[in-house]
Amino acid sequence: MADQNNLFKYLLRLGDNALVLSHRLSEWCSRAPLIEEDLALTNFSLDMIGRAQALLKYAGEVEGKGRTEDDLAYKRAERQFYNHLVMELPNGDFAFTMARQLLVSAFECLLFEALSNSKDETIAAIAAKTLKEVKYHRAHAEDWVIRLGDGTEESYQRMQHAVNALWMYTGELFEADEVDAELIREGIAVDQNSLRPQWQEYIGQVLTEAKLQVPADGYMQTGSRKGIHTEHLGHILSEMQYLQRAYPDATW
Amino acid sequence: MGAIQELELQLNELLEKKFEERVQGGDAVEPRDWMPENYRKHLVRQISQHAHSEVIGMQPEGNWITRAPSLRAKQILLAKIQDEGGHGLYLYSAAETLGISRDEMIAQLHSGKAKYSNIFNYPALTWADIGAIGWLVDGAAIVNQVSLQRTSYGPYSRAMVRICKEESFHQRQGYEIMAQMMKGTADQKEMAQDAMNRWWWPALMMFGPHDTESPHAGDAFRWKIKRHTNDELRQKFIDKTVQQAEVIGLTVPDPDLKWNEAAGHYDHGEINWEEFRNVINGDGPCNKQRLDHHKKVHAEGEWVRVAAAAYHAKKANKN
Ligand SMILES: [Fe+2]
Ligand SMILES: [Fe+2]
Repeated sequence: MADQNNLFKYLLRLGDNALVLSHRLSEWCSRAPLIEEDLALTNFSLDMIGRAQALLKYAGEVEGKGRTEDDLAYKRAERQFYNHLVMELPNGDFAFTMARQLLVSAFECLLFEALSNSKDETIAAIAAKTLKEVKYHRAHAEDWVIRLGDGTEESYQRMQHAVNALWMYTGELFEADEVDAELIREGIAVDQNSLRPQWQEYIGQVLTEAKLQVPADGYMQTGSRKGIHTEHLGHILSEMQYLQRAYPDATW
Repeated sequence: MGAIQELELQLNELLEKKFEERVQGGDAVEPRDWMPENYRKHLVRQISQHAHSEVIGMQPEGNWITRAPSLRAKQILLAKIQDEGGHGLYLYSAAETLGISRDEMIAQLHSGKAKYSNIFNYPALTWADIGAIGWLVDGAAIVNQVSLQRTSYGPYSRAMVRICKEESFHQRQGYEIMAQMMKGTADQKEMAQDAMNRWWWPALMMFGPHDTESPHAGDAFRWKIKRHTNDELRQKFIDKTVQQAEVIGLTVPDPDLKWNEAAGHYDHGEINWEEFRNVINGDGPCNKQRLDHHKKVHAEGEWVRVAAAAYHAKKANKN
């Protein structure tokens, strides 16, 4: 039987990724270049809120201390969040948001495909549902990365700039620590590092079609597995958690 | 007058007569049908104003998305705002059937030629405002939109049928927020009543001036674009909403409000028409903010739209 604490932590990582990126995407509401994109980005955000709900609910059950998904989302502090740093980066321009979506969704397609075979049935079920969603996110992001990379000089510059700026946050997606190692042995988690070659191949293909350069792997940011974040996360939380913190006795 | 012009004039009169007869007979008007120029103009103005309202209306509610107090609340609010964006799209498409493009409509919004609903010039200050907007603003919009399901222009009427299906969920989610807060802490109750106090009168103003003050409504009624008067619709809204307020313990901020047994509806106090005119004419709390936001976003998105067009042009040339 898996160490419940490892499983709890693993679920927080998956759940926080969905929670934090859903928050960023929701910031696009009424701000996208076309209404159609406003709807698409908020749709992705809605998918991710649903995913975060399912994963954090399960995390609370695994922890066994009676915390709900909302307790976990709204009452943890910065150092208790485990999402990848890339999720919390500010949206930047439309190119940055779409480039991030491509890098993240391509990773998530591989991750959730593998996790749909997890020995943990709840994770497997959530992964199977999520896989359908992230495939759609990836396809949408791919279209935009190609369109903008191969659009005008300005859009090419913006897209290349976005890919370059994001690159140092991609290494973290494939990291694994003792929590992963234990759960991989149990057949619950996936060896994320094993997903890397396929991810690189796919991203390389898309960027090439978009007439963009694939950045060289250099210094890679890290920290989220230990709850060490960028300065941005604290601001997300102070906004997101405001009502729950200001009115601790209230239910909404 | 030349003989040809005279013939044209006669022909126009004939067409107009036939058009009026058809509309009186209850036929729907479709995009390819002949229609009087004023009918077309009236509809372009009304439908584009309606579309802009849906889109500008995303701003006050969008103001609370990142601060929604639970995952469920955030999901519901986001889905609701997304619906409004979708309504904007249906309505832009309906207006496009009358020969105006979305770009032209947006340009008219930015120049001030086209308006949007005045209600969105009020700020969403607390979470209770999200409840009040869904319950009162969407509640008022529904009354109007239900009536428009039978409007004479086919594409507009069909857009309204689709929109109305989604609107009842909007009103319900707003009412649920208010009901939940009225069951909550003293702070929450105060917040809910405060939102009620601030949104009640602007919601009543959404129906427009009294019938006696709208002298130009004649054409819209004859052409069956408009099916009920402003005061009829406002009364309908008041009658259903006052009871809903009572059920959850909210006070309607109108000391003159009272049930009129003989008439079978609520009598209400006088609306502050000076405030209404001021806000319509640009002097409201958020007029500038809403329009500036729309312009800024539109300008910032320009490079994306240009790039997408350039990419499609390249692909089209290759094939
Ligand atoms: Fe709507
Ligand atoms: Fe609505």
